[in-house]
Amino acid sequence: MTATTMPTTTDNQLTAGQLPRFSAIAMLVVVVAVVAGVMALFGTPAIGAVVIVSVLVFLAAMYALSWAVEGSRRAADRTAGHVVTGFFVLALLPLVSLVFSTVAKGLERFDVQFFTYSMRNVIGEGGGAIHAIWGTIIVTGLATLISVPIGLFTAIYLVEYAGSNKLAAAIRLFVDVMTGIPSIVAGLFAYTVFSLILGPGTNSGLSGAIALTVLMIPTVVRSAEEMLRLVPNELREASYALGVPKWLTIAKVVLPTALAGLVTGVVLAIARVMGETAPLLVTAGITASMNINPFADPMATLPVFVYYQYMTPGVPQDPFYARAWAGALVLILIVMGLNAIGRFIAWKFAPKTGR
Amino acid sequence: MKLRLTAALGLSAALLLSACAANEGTTDTDAAATGGSSEAMSGLEGTLSGKGASSMNSAQTTWIAKFQEANPGVTVNYSPDGSGAGREAFMGGGVDFAGSDRAFTPEENVAGASALCAEGAYAYDLPVYVSPIAIIFNVEGVSELNLTPEVLAGIFAGEITNWNDEAIAATNEGVELPDLTITPVHRSDDSGTTENFTDYMHVTAGDVWTYEADGEWPMDSGEAAKGTSGVVAAVTNGVGTIGYADASQAGELSVVKVGQDGNFFGPTAEDAANAVANSPVEEGREEHDLAIALDRGAEGYGIVLVSYALACSEYADSANTDLVKAYLGYIASEDGQNDAAETAGSAPLADSLREQVQAAIDSIA
Amino acid sequence: MASTETGATSESLPQDPTNDLQSTIHGKARLGDKVFRNLSTGSGTLILVILAAVATFLVGLSIPALTADPEELQYGAFWAYALPFAFGTVWASFLSMLFAVPVAIGIALFISHYAPRRLAQGLGYVIDLLAAVPSVVFGLWGINTLAPLVRPLYVWLADNFGDLPVLGWFFAGPVSGTGRTILTAAMVLAVMVLPIITAISREVFLQTPRLHEEASLALGATRWEMIRQAVLPFGTPGVVSACMLGLGRALGETMAIAMVLSPASVISFELLTPSNPNTIAGNIALAFPEAFGLGVNQLIATGLVLFVITLAVNMTARWILASRKEFSGAN
Repeated sequence: MTATTMPTTTDNQLTAGQLPRFSAIAMLVVVVAVVAGVMALFGTPAIGAVVIVSVLVFLAAMYALSWAVEGSRRAADRTAGHVVTGFFVLALLPLVSLVFSTVAKGLERFDVQFFTYSMRNVIGEGGGAIHAIWGTIIVTGLATLISVPIGLFTAIYLVEYAGSNKLAAAIRLFVDVMTGIPSIVAGLFAYTVFSLILGPGTNSGLSGAIALTVLMIPTVVRSAEEMLRLVPNELREASYALGVPKWLTIAKVVLPTALAGLVTGVVLAIARVMGETAPLLVTAGITASMNINPFADPMATLPVFVYYQYMTPGVPQDPFYARAWAGALVLILIVMGLNAIGRFIAWKFAPKTGR
Repeated sequence: MKLRLTAALGLSAALLLSACAANEGTTDTDAAATGGSSEAMSGLEGTLSGKGASSMNSAQTTWIAKFQEANPGVTVNYSPDGSGAGREAFMGGGVDFAGSDRAFTPEENVAGASALCAEGAYAYDLPVYVSPIAIIFNVEGVSELNLTPEVLAGIFAGEITNWNDEAIAATNEGVELPDLTITPVHRSDDSGTTENFTDYMHVTAGDVWTYEADGEWPMDSGEAAKGTSGVVAAVTNGVGTIGYADASQAGELSVVKVGQDGNFFGPTAEDAANAVANSPVEEGREEHDLAIALDRGAEGYGIVLVSYALACSEYADSANTDLVKAYLGYIASEDGQNDAAETAGSAPLADSLREQVQAAIDSIA
Repeated sequence: MASTETGATSESLPQDPTNDLQSTIHGKARLGDKVFRNLSTGSGTLILVILAAVATFLVGLSIPALTADPEELQYGAFWAYALPFAFGTVWASFLSMLFAVPVAIGIALFISHYAPRRLAQGLGYVIDLLAAVPSVVFGLWGINTLAPLVRPLYVWLADNFGDLPVLGWFFAGPVSGTGRTILTAAMVLAVMVLPIITAISREVFLQTPRLHEEASLALGATRWEMIRQAVLPFGTPGVVSACMLGLGRALGETMAIAMVLSPASVISFELLTPSNPNTIAGNIALAFPEAFGLGVNQLIATGLVLFVITLAVNMTARWILASRKEFSGAN
């Protein structure tokens, strides 16, 4: 599985010995077989243990072989390649497992009724999540509308205007601190603020949006700052040299150059808060009925919908679980769609680079 | 940029979804919001909000659906945020009624404590939801177990650690108990279920269980899982596990029968309701404040959870009083109790207690 | 916007006649610049205001719990109550970062420098998908799939390493009957923070100046040497902030921890037993629904502790990073 991604730029048979291309796969097969065999001698081994030991033995054996044939630098290069590829595969495993179980269980109720019905007056089977889908769109949309401008302008301030003054240092530090606000504390904060304004115990979509904003702003600022910082100074200087004012330089040169990264950051931030459950539990609450007014009454959102369908099912449980998984699937699809739109925008409007 | 993004999202979503649900009439939510015309037969309309125990959420879902069907002009929202959150909101006046796994203590329930209630009025604790708590276990080859309270407490206290322990075998003749470590699973969240279970062991198990009743599991040992569904999942996925959960959620898992002297009861609705009916209402309460002093040793299945609907004896703002009375009245009716039993697996209240609850609701002003 | 645009460019760079000693060129104050600068500064300040509001909320609601008589508190004396959770928070986050950081950097490098170019975009997309999964689903996955899957491995670890010195501190038994230990929770956390660290690191690695890379390769460096010489030094500050973001999420993650972890009120380094230190956020989620009166304040006070922990962690990271600013493109 690793051979296809092996370096090809270093094909140089004139100066050094080289292992044949299939060597990595062959080695992997041999190592797994040997390790499984040896460990079986000491009793039935756990599959996880076999995998871990095999990987370690494989890396060591491959390094030794490459070191002997190709020299130490090539050996290190090979090992790095294997490790990096291995990490990628490792990350794919939970993803595949998660997506597979969500899709498999979510498809059962992924039907027209799910997208046209709310849960109002629904007992047991049937019903849908249209109210929760709208709630998620409204709450996340509001949070995005508030936090992206604030976050983006703050990043611009940090990179373009502030340099290293005290305010900037404070903002940087506290933005980092903000990333550590636990999602439930953000929820309690919004809940308390709205309780003070609108009376205790009230739920509304807007309070959910405020809670999400608190969570979203730092993500937007941090990623946007990173991306703006990567825009080469030469571009700014070239723009200034042509007499372009600073704000136009930012708007027309810096932002477009960083666009792909900015969009990735924003989409990630949206994706992160869209799946948040804890803060929405206490702020937006839950209702079985459609409510598209974010200023009053509880508003159902997909994560909360999923949570309650799963956590407090009726009897029999199956229709509740099916709705929960379908809701999770819809949530993932929405974020996937967002991601696709974001990528399209980045691809369409970003200046073409060398890559 | 982000504007485009949001616009694109909104646009594509709007194309796919319509902003109203097919199962919701055009009038009901609007009418509820504006108080406008509605052809409700009962003439009731408005929005009623409740908050509280998640234990009765599935019952509330059923009650709300049935009640809204009968009264199309009404929208009832129940937020299952938890008993504490429910009582807190009730005190602050943010909701019309609350659900709680325990009654207000007499110290909490003094006149004027809640912003919701009229001056001089106090809160009614109305037992409306009774659910047996099942002891579930997952041991291969064993499908039935009879345990005394002492043995049960010994298992959860970590003193009985193997399934083939003699104490377990004593009440289970003919059952082949494997040599397997017992993994007791308790709730990791603070819950009324835990409080009732620990109370049961505290009262019935004598020296074996020395802890007081508490919503938080009092020990640091043993496995913990969040919520009823978490415990059920942990027991199902684990090895040699035993736990406690709402009987309605036990699903396919095997269930322990508890009792003494060859007299063992399972967590059936009937036995649970009997245990509650055989328990007295707490002394020293105001009239119609029906906090139950559960007698765990009473005839029947003593590991039960009683959840209360909290309402004011008189509301400060009378706008929703009729709605509260109608809704709670339906919940406490025979129909309401049977509907919940059918779809949420609760135990219908015994008639004697139900009549007391009805009388209390009728007296709400 | 369009009107100020033309106005601004036409009167660019006027000389300042009053300053005859220095040849400094001053730009005339433009409306667009002013608006932009004020908007930016205002946004930055607004963030501080929001954070101040959150801090006020936390401190204000914590004080009643911190000053109250321990007898009256729902959960007993405050510090004895909060300390195990504080430990658990740091310990779980540390473990998760131990898994996530190397893997995330590996993935980012794989996508930016190892994967075939056409594939890379798609792969990045796939990893970003992980960010889309709601935390509830992570929790469900942790309970139903991961925990039963890793339990045999835990048994193996406990059998083989549980009795050894040093390693025994971490791998001692008895192994949890359901596999929902802090190690499992840390794995779930790691999967949750992966997309955050990966996405930013990937973008940063992709921004490595092409010339640096080509120069390195031209000198005969292997791909790995090129990465070490050109890509990693350039990307380090970005990767560190990505890690900070990830750490922030790990410290504050609530629902997944609450669902996956089998908690107890203990301080313990053991990774495989059923009694694991809970995290602050997880504990709030578990206890808040039933909290009443001062109990609510006490839970919010633990939130304040978490806030302080985050502050400390971030200040430490900043202090470490302070010497490495020279890699930033804009400075």
